[in-house]
Order: sequence, then structure tokens, then C-alpha cells
Amino acid sequence: MGQASDIKNQYKKRTLFQETWRRLVKNRGAMLGLGFLVLLVLAAALSPVIFNYEVDVIGQNMQDRLMGPCAAHWFGTDEYGRDLFARVVYGARYSLIIGVGSVMLGLIVGTILGSQAGFHGGITDSIIMRGIDIFYSIPNIMTAVVIVSLLGPSTVNLMIALAFSCASSFARIVRASVMTIRDQEYVESSYAMGLPTWKIIVKHILPNCLSPIIVQITLLIGTTIISASSLSFLGIGVPAPAPEWGALLSAGRGHIRDASYMCIIPGLAIMFTVLALNLLGDGLRDALDPKLKK
Amino acid sequence: MLKYILKRLVMLIPVIMVTSFLIFWAMSLTGGDPALMLAGDNAKPEQIEQIREELGLNDPFIVRYGNYMKGMITGDMGQSYVTKRDVFKTFMERLPNTLMLGGAAVLIAVVVSLPLGIYTAIHQNTWKDTAGMIFALFGTSMPNFWLGLMLIILFSLKLGLFPTGGKGGLDSLVLPAVTVGFGLAALITRTTRSSMLDVLRQDYMTTARAKGCSEKQVITVHGLKNALIPIITAIGLQMSLVITGSVLAETVFSWPGIGRLVYDSISKRDVPMVTGAIIMCSILMCVINLVVDLIYAFFDPRIKAQYSKKG
Repeated sequence: MGQASDIKNQYKKRTLFQETWRRLVKNRGAMLGLGFLVLLVLAAALSPVIFNYEVDVIGQNMQDRLMGPCAAHWFGTDEYGRDLFARVVYGARYSLIIGVGSVMLGLIVGTILGSQAGFHGGITDSIIMRGIDIFYSIPNIMTAVVIVSLLGPSTVNLMIALAFSCASSFARIVRASVMTIRDQEYVESSYAMGLPTWKIIVKHILPNCLSPIIVQITLLIGTTIISASSLSFLGIGVPAPAPEWGALLSAGRGHIRDASYMCIIPGLAIMFTVLALNLLGDGLRDALDPKLKK
Repeated sequence: MLKYILKRLVMLIPVIMVTSFLIFWAMSLTGGDPALMLAGDNAKPEQIEQIREELGLNDPFIVRYGNYMKGMITGDMGQSYVTKRDVFKTFMERLPNTLMLGGAAVLIAVVVSLPLGIYTAIHQNTWKDTAGMIFALFGTSMPNFWLGLMLIILFSLKLGLFPTGGKGGLDSLVLPAVTVGFGLAALITRTTRSSMLDVLRQDYMTTARAKGCSEKQVITVHGLKNALIPIITAIGLQMSLVITGSVLAETVFSWPGIGRLVYDSISKRDVPMVTGAIIMCSILMCVINLVVDLIYAFFDPRIKAQYSKKG
């Protein structure tokens, strides 16, 4: 008896979160990514305190135009004399909000569609999945172009446009996981106990498909940040003068010969953010499902 | 096999119907009144009304869509508001340029990533593997239009090796193709590596070695051939990435393809051109997906047998 309780004490029950965290901490790449993201989120959150939006971020100052990186302006200034450092740091807010917002919106829609398709099967599944297949056949950027031209360019509409492609990707993952879980005994028993379908899905099925969803969230935020900046680069994303990273690159393109730093720096910001998210996503995948680790 | 191809082609029809309906509907809601745009600023109301009647803009939506589809079958997708040229013809003129860019990009990606993927798999958990994976990680994290800008700065402006844009000789294709192909190469490297790792652990690899095959033979004949299916799947799934990449790369490098056509048409609010181009792009994607499915069959006799049975 004593031995049993010893073993019990030694192997304390850990929650999924604790167990994942324990494995994640050992992954140097993932920790590096997480560290960078924490700093970025802090900078984005504090940027309205550090910078005055009207003066530092969008206020024009023509005598300082196109100054290269120096002590006064770490990242240099743009064609209107605006400090690029302030604009890049402030721009993190746009990229993060658009990235997280579209993925969350896509997650909600995709989870509803995917769980319905996976749980009910048959005709519901066919209709939903064929719809998603059709959607997949149009390149993402074209869908976004259609939606943004339909709704008009704004941050929220950009998020809606990007959420579409996230939704189809979540729907596929959730459907696949739900299909493997729906025939388990505990689902059958809750069915027998008379629980309504939505409750079975929300309480018993979805918590068991969390791992692939969490990994996908991390990786999709990165992809979405790139897509958002691509659309802003094409001029159909966040309207000027907001310092979204893609818009900064689009402005820098006009000065590629005389002020190449305007092209280099915002791109580095995008790349390191997405890199951090990818490192964290890969780390989470290994931590949540050690079987997959190669 | 032929029956299967025919069946797939027939199945494309409802997909094209639904896609074109959605795009036509969405685009007809945008862009204001086409008659006003065509008539110009000084037009009288009667002139505008006449144009509206000529274009069939007074018809109900479903009739307009029906007419559009009827036209599409005969290759008539209306006229551009801006250039007054035939939409279908303009698209077809631009298509070879985009296919050339996309094809070159896929070629570059495959040539780089297959050997790299195999190499990193063979040297798993060494610094060579880590270096390859870091390359792949950067490749997937980089916005490709930014890579395009960086290539222009380095190879065109600083070193003067390649033109900054436009379509000229073969040298003008290099930078745009690398721009589109780099991200693809990174993804294929990762897939090749993990697919090869799966195969390397199989018993038949040991058997091949025991039979006295050279290591090169073991890897290429016994290993790679079996690892190819997931790799082809990955390439097929990324075709949408190639199209998206082309739109951006064509904008960065002023490459006269479909992407640039769509971009220019959007900025000029040329609704018939945008509608036509996007519908044609989705048809193109369907055809590419079909081709990818057929390539599977070519590499995997098991899938071929399945198709023949189904057909």
C-alpha cells in the first residue's frame, strides 16, 4: 500500500498543459521563438505608450526625409521623414492583430463546419467538404482579392478575407480528428445518456482533437501574416497611412535604388515573426505528439 | 485509365459552374456601374441607358450569369472596360508567360530540394541536417515578394547580373523564378526529408543492401522511388502557392503574366477582366490538380490499378 502511494507521489498526475510545457522547455528553437514572440507582443502592446501615433508614426517631417539608419533614427526615415523604427514597431500591432484575428475567426467557422461534417458524415459531410474543395480550387490570394473588392479595403475586411482560407484548413483537420474519435466508447455512452449532439461535440470530442488544432493555429498565424502583408503590398490590404508591414514594403519598393533599407527592414520584421511562429509551431507539434518527432 | 480521365473532366463541370457563379456574383456587386465607367464623364443619361441595354445590364442577375456562361463556352468572356479588348484573348496571351514562370519555379524548386531533402535525411541529426533544415525554415518564413526585392537589390542593382524586371531573354526569368521557387523548395525539402526518413527505416532497404546494391542504388532506386508519392502530393498541393507567388513576383518584376493582369485590372477597377481572369485561374487550378492526380498513377502502379478499376 505504502509502495503504491510512493509511486503515486513520484508520478504526479500532470495536465496536458503541464506535460506539453515540460517537453517544450527542452526545445531550444521553440523557446527562442516563444521569447521573440513575447517581446514582440510586449512591444506591440506598449507602442501607443512609447510612440505618439499622430506625431511619431504618421506625422510628416519633410526635412528628415530618406535618412539612412543613424543614432537618431535607428531604422532610418521614409519618403515623408517618418521614423521607420516607430512605424515598424507600431506595424507589429497590425500584423499580430490581423494574424491572430483571422486565424481565430477561421478557427470558429472551420471547427463548426469540420465537426458537423465529421460527426454526421453522409450527405452533410459531402456537401460541406465538396464546398470546401471548390473553395480550395481558387488560389487564396484570388479569394482574398474578390472579398476585399466586395467589402472594400479595411483592416476588418482584410481579416474576413484571410479567415476564409484559414477556415477551410481548420475544417479539414477537425473533420479528420472527429472521424477518428466519434466511434469511441465514451462518445457512444454520452449519446446513450441522451446528451444533445452539440454538447457531445463541444465537451467530449473537441477537447480530444486539441493537439493538431493548436499546432495549426501557430503555423497559420505565420502564413496569415505573410498573406496579409502580400495583400497590403498589392495595395488591397490595410489602407494608408497605417504602418502595416506589407504597406511599408510597398512604399519601400519605390525607393529601392536610393533607400534600400526601406525594403530590407520591414521584410526582416515579417520574416523573424513568422520564423518565431514556425519554430514554436514545430516545437509544439513535437511536444504534443512525441510519436511524430523525427 | 482513359475512362477515369474523362470522368474527372466531367466532374470539373459542376465545380466550374459553382466557382464561376460565386465569382461572377461577388464581382457584379463591386465596382459601381459599368455603364457609367464606359460612357465617360460627359455622357448623357440616354447614352448611359443605351450602353446599359447593349451590355444587358438591365437583365436580372440570373439571366446575365446565363449569358456569361453561354459566352464562356465559346470563349467569349466580354470586353475589358479599360483596353476594350477581348477578356479571353488577353488572358490567353498572358497565360504562357505565367506558365513559363511557374514551370521554371517548380523546376528550380525540385532540382534544389530533392537532393537536399535526401541529403539531410541520410545525415539525420548531424550539422549537415541542421543546416539544411535551417535553410528550409527560413524559406518557409520569408514573404516571397520580399525575397524578390532582396534579389533585385543584390543581383540587379549591386552586382548588375540580371535585369530588374520586364520580360527579355532567359536572364530575365532567373530572378522571378527563384523568387517563386524558393518557398516551394523549402517546403519540398521538408517533405522529402521526412518521407525519405520513413523509407530509410524499411526492411526492403536492408534487403537491397544485403543483395549487394551500391549505396547510391539503394537510395535512388529503392529509396527515392518509394518516397516520391508524398513528395508529389506536396508539390501538387503547393500549386496554389505557385499561382499566388506568381501574382506577387509578376508585380515585383513587371513580368507580363496573369498575376500582373489581375493586379492592373483591380487597380483600374476593370470588373470583366478581373472576373474572367479569376474564373480562368480556378479552372487552371482544377486542371493542374487533375494532372497531379494522373502523375501519381504514373509513379505508383497501385494507384494506377485503383483508377483502372474505378474507371
